Amino acid sequence: MSSDHSTYQPTSGFGKWIDSRLPLPRMVHDSFVSYPVPRNLNYAYTFGGILMVMLVVQLLTGIVLAMHYAADTAIAFQSVEKIMRDVNSGWLLRYMHANGASFFFVAVYIHIARGMYYGSYKAPREVLWILGVVILLLMMATAFMGYVLPWGQMSFWGATVITGFFTAFPGIGEPIQQLLLGGFAVDNPTLNRFFSLHYLLPFMITGVVILHVWALHVTGQTNPTGVEVKSKTDTVPFTPYATVKDALALSIFLLVFAYFIFFMPNFLGHADNYIPADPLKTPAHIVPEWYFLPFYAILRAITFDIGPIDSKLGGVLAMFGSIAVLFVLPWLDTSKVRSAVYRPWYKLFFWLFVANAIFLGWLGAKPAEGIYTPLAQISTLYYFAFFLVILPVLGLIETPKRLPNSITEAVLAKKAGNGGAAPAAASPETRG
Amino acid sequence: MKKLLASIVPAAMALVIGAGSAFAAGYPINKPREIDWSFAGPFGTFDKGQLQRGLKVYVEACSACHSMNLVAFRTLEDLGYSEDQLKALAANYEVEDGPNGEGEMFTRTAVLSDHFPSPFPNQEAAAYANNGAAPPDFSLLAKARYVERGFPQFVFDIFTGYNESGPNYIYSLLTGYQEPPAGVEVPDGAHYNPYFIAGSALAMAQPIYDEQVAYDDGSPETVDQYAKDVSAFLMWAAEPHMEERKQTGFMVIIFLAIFASLLFLTKKSVFASKEH
Repeated sequence: MSSDHSTYQPTSGFGKWIDSRLPLPRMVHDSFVSYPVPRNLNYAYTFGGILMVMLVVQLLTGIVLAMHYAADTAIAFQSVEKIMRDVNSGWLLRYMHANGASFFFVAVYIHIARGMYYGSYKAPREVLWILGVVILLLMMATAFMGYVLPWGQMSFWGATVITGFFTAFPGIGEPIQQLLLGGFAVDNPTLNRFFSLHYLLPFMITGVVILHVWALHVTGQTNPTGVEVKSKTDTVPFTPYATVKDALALSIFLLVFAYFIFFMPNFLGHADNYIPADPLKTPAHIVPEWYFLPFYAILRAITFDIGPIDSKLGGVLAMFGSIAVLFVLPWLDTSKVRSAVYRPWYKLFFWLFVANAIFLGWLGAKPAEGIYTPLAQISTLYYFAFFLVILPVLGLIETPKRLPNSITEAVLAKKAGNGGAAPAAASPETRG
Repeated sequence: MKKLLASIVPAAMALVIGAGSAFAAGYPINKPREIDWSFAGPFGTFDKGQLQRGLKVYVEACSACHSMNLVAFRTLEDLGYSEDQLKALAANYEVEDGPNGEGEMFTRTAVLSDHFPSPFPNQEAAAYANNGAAPPDFSLLAKARYVERGFPQFVFDIFTGYNESGPNYIYSLLTGYQEPPAGVEVPDGAHYNPYFIAGSALAMAQPIYDEQVAYDDGSPETVDQYAKDVSAFLMWAAEPHMEERKQTGFMVIIFLAIFASLLFLTKKSVFASKEH
């Protein structure tokens, strides 16, 4: 995986010359051509590549949009509309960028769910996982600030509500909020610094993505069996196998993305953001973008005081905690078995977790009143119980199914026709 | 903040005059009626005749109160008008320009590059003249109004490609004025309309009546037809590149579908010799 296994053979004179000075072609060859990947990767493993492409799409469209955008509260809204109406293909750039943010999150949530299902966070991949959570946090900050830039009603009021979270912290809260806003309320300084940070953070994401991929190439990928690569027969070279599979998944992902860009461009946005920001008129329902709704539901679920922590601070802590808990996930899961395929109970709780997260998203879009509040509280309880109770306890009491001896064995057993992902206990060890 | 300080007019909040708070669920009382628009669906296009009639309704009935300040006269070429026709239309409007060489602002006749001028000098004047509720700008209205569809309808909407919430809402509001039912109290200066998105009554009185605008193409001169035409026109005003978008999208989808099919075959042949 590292250069000591390198199979790169420069053929041309220039290739040999550059290889002994800056072996960049060797690095690319070793990372994306000869790099061995488990032979049994399924389509859930294609989202890393998809996310790389989405990051590039967002960077390219964003850089061009920034050439036409004006970060000034007096003209920000009109400058966006100028992009939509007068800039050549401006409507396409903006719809790609706005829907691109949504599809970035679609891909990242699937990517994270895959990591959780197949236990990708377990040793020796803890750092790889933590870097991923850092990317998620940076993405959330970037997306939130990007949503403020068009300076519509939801931009303004979303920024007001979210920066208001920080006032919940005693003492330090208000100074933090004022630092974020550049004043006492969301106004021109806020818009300017959000624009600056919205341009900066994607490059920080790119940096962490490089570390993430580096860490991945040190440990190698997991695979649906969760059994580590043991021999050469367990792997295939990245090119052509993973390349073509990633490309196929990417083109299907882009097909769905294109459907939204061209035929449903405003479906994932909020209509109120086509109304210019008005500090005197509060929208009936202030809701964040869909990809923040589960966390918004957790925030609003805490309606009661816990000792010295009032409900406002409690909600903010719960919301930040719902992300923070991901950082320690590798140490919360006590099971030695990685893949949910061999963990019947974990599989059940995992799918419950996914359903619960979607349900939280739906609750986040509902007003925080009536039946919705207790439902959000139950859902929030399950969200945290999954990490803090179920994962630690399950690893101790669950009896996993028998693991295959190797990836090759699992693949050939599946071929032999027992259909299920779990191989028969007596599957013969055969040739690679 | 200037804006905030200048417009302390409490009335800015008074768009909703109805007794109910905007937070209360249940508005609009009636779901918008759904019209079969020519521009709906993946291949939908604008009906130019309808857009021209809609423009006429806007100019003659709406523009006295509602601005449309993001729409330039030149863009009305999309509606099928010639440059000369548009110059003549623009010449009906006066816009402020300047300062001139002497430092004075002056008014001049509008030209093609000008946008529709606002009927009021500023938001405050607009609110003051309209019972406290400034009439909203029309440029983006058709994309700025969305009545919640609820679960699971909003999921189905992805597959049916439902993007016509805005024009359906505008049409329903314009045709929805009626006497309040017994027991419903409507405050002074408000007008009952069960299709209004944020209350039971709104500050705007019924803005258009039968035979108010003359059509020269034989279309019925009814509130119903006026409402349809102006809603279609507002959809165009909010999304002038819609047809281009759908045409481009069709080609993109065809390309990606072929590309994905070829990749699928490639993938099959690459993996044919390898169990996975």
